[in-house]
Amino acid sequence: MAALEPRPSAWGGLNRVLDTPAKRGTAIGAILVVMAVAPFVFGPYATVILTNSLLYVILALGLNVVVGYAGLLDLGYAAFFAVGAYSVGILTTEFGWNFWATIPVAVCAAVFAGIIIGGPTLRLRSDYLAIVTLGFGEIVRISARNLKITGAASGISGIEQPWLFGWHIATPNDFYYVFLALAIIGILVSVRLSNSRLGRAWLYVRHDEDAAEAMGINRVRVKLAAYVIGAIYGSIGGAFFAVNLTAISPESFSFRQSTLFLMAVILGGMGKIPGVILGAFIVVLAPELLRDLGSFRLLIFAVGLLLIMLFRPSGIWPVRSR
Amino acid sequence: MTETLLKLSDVSLGFAGNAVLQQVDFDVAAGSIASLIGPNGAGKTSLFNCITGFYKPQSGRIEFDGTALLPLKPFQVTRTGIARTFQNLRLFRQMSVIENVMSGQHCRTKAGAIGAILHLPSQRREERAIRDHAAECLRFVGIAEAEWAREATTLAYGHQRRVEIARALATEPKLLLLDEPAAGLTRGEKLDLITLIGRIRDERGVAVLLIEHDTSLVMRLSERVSVLDHGIMIAEGTPKEIQTNPRVIEAYLGAEDAEAALAL
Repeated sequence: MAALEPRPSAWGGLNRVLDTPAKRGTAIGAILVVMAVAPFVFGPYATVILTNSLLYVILALGLNVVVGYAGLLDLGYAAFFAVGAYSVGILTTEFGWNFWATIPVAVCAAVFAGIIIGGPTLRLRSDYLAIVTLGFGEIVRISARNLKITGAASGISGIEQPWLFGWHIATPNDFYYVFLALAIIGILVSVRLSNSRLGRAWLYVRHDEDAAEAMGINRVRVKLAAYVIGAIYGSIGGAFFAVNLTAISPESFSFRQSTLFLMAVILGGMGKIPGVILGAFIVVLAPELLRDLGSFRLLIFAVGLLLIMLFRPSGIWPVRSR
Repeated sequence: MTETLLKLSDVSLGFAGNAVLQQVDFDVAAGSIASLIGPNGAGKTSLFNCITGFYKPQSGRIEFDGTALLPLKPFQVTRTGIARTFQNLRLFRQMSVIENVMSGQHCRTKAGAIGAILHLPSQRREERAIRDHAAECLRFVGIAEAEWAREATTLAYGHQRRVEIARALATEPKLLLLDEPAAGLTRGEKLDLITLIGRIRDERGVAVLLIEHDTSLVMRLSERVSVLDHGIMIAEGTPKEIQTNPRVIEAYLGAEDAEAALAL
């Protein structure tokens, strides 16, 4: 009887198939083993693509906190990605900072930007937020394009690859494992947040702002927390993106990027962690898999996305509904 | 009478020139059960919304337990110890019964993002305390444990009403505002509701203010009844006094219908 089933969790319909901790552990273990050996099995080209997918997983998880949990439509998420990347780029090349020392600065810069943008706008209803974030994303990109310190249109190059306890993170394989570790941390943090007092507060506010407020929840504060946590994910993703490519330019942070991140979240299923991960992989891998189709590939990709949204409007990942 | 818990003086509210409440004076005593009645559109729910901070009256004062409420936002009002239910059920969709009730404890707890991410012992303790408190509230209103994991909006209507009361109780209020709690309930459920409201006051020491159309329920439960008509408080007194007050009878659609409406 459908009515007797508990509410869908952040794991979507996964708990029904993997109904015991042992089965769940086996599934997670299997995925980890596959991910760990992937660079040796699939070769160098695939490793680069998979690294990019993992970057998208991190960013999509961050955006999922904002859009999926708190229900705030953010159309300028690439701005936080840019804040992280440029913080690292400027501090390492211009001021000779160590990469690891720049990360706290990148995070603080993103938190600061999140509060400046979110503080005033989160008081309004969320359609306004969409417009403001869209503008914010463009302002950051255009500023980066025109400021001297960000290297204007050509961007910043020659960003040094970091060392970690004597390990020089330099090859594509090294970066693959760094991004894998980051993605795993990102997933753990997301899961823990979703099962917490703050995570529930996001859902309360998303479902019914007035009822949430009547229960004593400060909706502006709770939304701001989501927005800032999303910003932190974005800036950390951006920081590692910068050292991976060693060069960044304003065009890496365009509105198109923001839409791709948003697409990853919506495609897989907002608020469902496995769905968001799947969405991130699809957004990166599908255009690659369709490469043989030449100039038709983006057309096919677009039609595919439309069909998915038409037939599964709440995302690919299954939830028990009704 | 005991001390005053909630005191409204000279409260006036208008929307675009339409007077919704006019110079309303109104008290609720600590530990009492009071009711607010009146014809549809009299401004009863608006009065609730003024107390809980959703509407800001143009003039007047509202004091609760020594605190002025008018400068406060709704979530701050809840923290001072006023909880409410809604006229139309407003449980959180796609969330379980117990998670709905856990929302009430949000304003009494404090764990944040860092505690959750690091799974700190203090955060885990607090999570347990939130769950235990929600469970206690659910038991108090008589929702069986088998229903706690269900999606709240799939429960039977009468049960959803009780979950909403449990959710309000979970905020640990001193005053509970119930907006038409008996609407849509069967006769048996109404009798259970009367018992429940009595227990909320007697066992938990929570004062209750009801808006209700079912006058027989109001007359049975309340110690004080206030009557609002077209935004004006036209009468206040014991149920007996209200039932025989000519102004009240007049407000209720002419004398013959009033006899039925006021359960004479």
